[in-house]
Amino acid sequence: MPAFVLSRILQALPVMLAVALIAFTLFTFVGDPIATMLGQEFSVAQRDALVAALGLDQPVPIQFLRFIGNALHGEFGLSYRLSRPVSALFAERAPATLELAFCASVVALAVGLPAGVYTGLRPRSPLSRALLTFSLVGVSLPTFLIGSLLILVFSVWLGWLPSFGRGDTVQLGWWSTGFLTLSGLKALILPSITLGLFQLTLILRLVRSEMLEVMRSDYVKFARARGLRDRSINFGHALRNTLVPVITIVGLQLGSIIAFSIVTETVFQWPGMGLLFIQSVSSADIPVMAAYLLLISAVFVTINLVVDLLYYAVDPRLRAGRGH
Amino acid sequence: MNTIARAWDSDLAYSFRRSPTAVLSAIVALICIVGAVAAPVLAPYNPFDLASLDLMDAFNPPAFMPEGSLAHPIGTDDQGRDVLSAIMYGARMSLFVGVSATVFSLLLGVLLGLLAGYAGGTLDAVLMRIADVQLTFPNILIALLVDGVARAALPRDLHDQIAVYVVIFAIGISDWPRFARTVRGSAMVERNKEYVLAARVIGIGPARIMLTHVLPNVLGPLLVLATLNLGLAIISEATLSFLGVGLPQTQPSLGTLIRVGNDFLFSGEWWITVFPGVALIAMVLSVNLLGDWLRDALNPRLR
Repeated sequence: MPAFVLSRILQALPVMLAVALIAFTLFTFVGDPIATMLGQEFSVAQRDALVAALGLDQPVPIQFLRFIGNALHGEFGLSYRLSRPVSALFAERAPATLELAFCASVVALAVGLPAGVYTGLRPRSPLSRALLTFSLVGVSLPTFLIGSLLILVFSVWLGWLPSFGRGDTVQLGWWSTGFLTLSGLKALILPSITLGLFQLTLILRLVRSEMLEVMRSDYVKFARARGLRDRSINFGHALRNTLVPVITIVGLQLGSIIAFSIVTETVFQWPGMGLLFIQSVSSADIPVMAAYLLLISAVFVTINLVVDLLYYAVDPRLRAGRGH
Repeated sequence: MNTIARAWDSDLAYSFRRSPTAVLSAIVALICIVGAVAAPVLAPYNPFDLASLDLMDAFNPPAFMPEGSLAHPIGTDDQGRDVLSAIMYGARMSLFVGVSATVFSLLLGVLLGLLAGYAGGTLDAVLMRIADVQLTFPNILIALLVDGVARAALPRDLHDQIAVYVVIFAIGISDWPRFARTVRGSAMVERNKEYVLAARVIGIGPARIMLTHVLPNVLGPLLVLATLNLGLAIISEATLSFLGVGLPQTQPSLGTLIRVGNDFLFSGEWWITVFPGVALIAMVLSVNLLGDWLRDALNPRLR
């Protein structure tokens, strides 16, 4: 087990280093931080002082090491656009994105799982066919269009739900939450559905095909022959065995939920990290882009690592010694 | 005539005729493609011709609503542009970017896949490791990053001029790994077959072996991948343009139209955003369904 964990971590390291190198290259060679920070008028002495203060007169490998050291401490310098520390910007926007991602996952699981079980158990019923057609449309619909249509129906025509922002938030230490106020909860509904719909259809189709597979297996037939009731076969035997791949996919998709929140946050003007990123892309705000790149890669690499380790814990064949 | 008759009788054509979904989506896709490609000929107005725009025509609702008129069957936008014409020109842009990006990733994927599969060794390991890493990230994120870097690295006026090609490159570069993997797998299998050995013995060079012996084996799967990828590329482009980092306002695609129309959702002019959205869905859904059908039809196990 320790050898397996170690080899997995050793495989994840070069990926992070490569991403750090890309971020560093962006940071150092694209755009001119000196010109951006000094503005229009400056003397040569001022310029040299700033170059020395930022360490830009040192060899590139040393600069890279310093960049990594700073990144590990959460130091990414000042945003060109907002002139504030990048770390502070991310800290104040992270809660919004994480709460949205959490709610989207809950929506996807709470609807996708039962719907998948139902369509798997009764593949020929009209409701199953309707659900499958719906899932096909859900896969083909771009996220931003779903958001626009939801706003049109529920905000503009019906006037039930807010179409932008987080509503009122409550400050718990440095974490701002929208869970504690009515307007905060109402503001969460439409963005969560928009963000969760794609994962929902994915989970629905996955659970369905796994259920269909399992229901054909010998041990389910045998359980039926033993005279067990349908309910205990469906949930005790079938569903339990479909859950392993489902958990894996949901785990892996957590990363894409955070990535796709860029689109959802733009549609709903949700003050999270994705909106921050897209604003930095359109104004070429390199420090924020580099930090977002590193942050999102760390999330992806960590999730992949955890899923790999979970596999190891769940699948006895991997433990039997082959490794990977 | 003979070839047409033979094509009509082929397995593929038979399975096409038997599948109502395939026929229907082919018709929809054909309408979208013809409408887009022939927009300068078929569109009732030219949305780029400023002289023909009349602000008096702005915000006309579609013809089926009380104040609508048949002159603009699905209404006009804030500047009096005919929405139908704008959609046709926008779809032309979307289709152009989607097809170019798909061709780009196809060529890149085939080239790198053949190299990796045929050469093996370190080159193979390095290329496939890069592909693995890239597949971990959603491709819209990669396209966004490439686009953002180009925006930061190029001067603004130059970037606006070549924005279309930047977007094509950004989407194309994010989609190559799946093509490369398919080709690599097949190249590795075929490399050791006897006919390849025979070809090598009679002195045919590696480049020619790859192109004339290995590549034809993967044409079917590549066609399926490319069709499905076209739908994805069109969505990626629309998403980038919707986010405001894709095509410039002067060359609007369907995504740009939807973004612009979004500003008028609250004042009740829903048709400016909904109809481009419907056009986008029709295009992507029909291409996706065709791709699904093609995958099943070319899979001998399902026959």
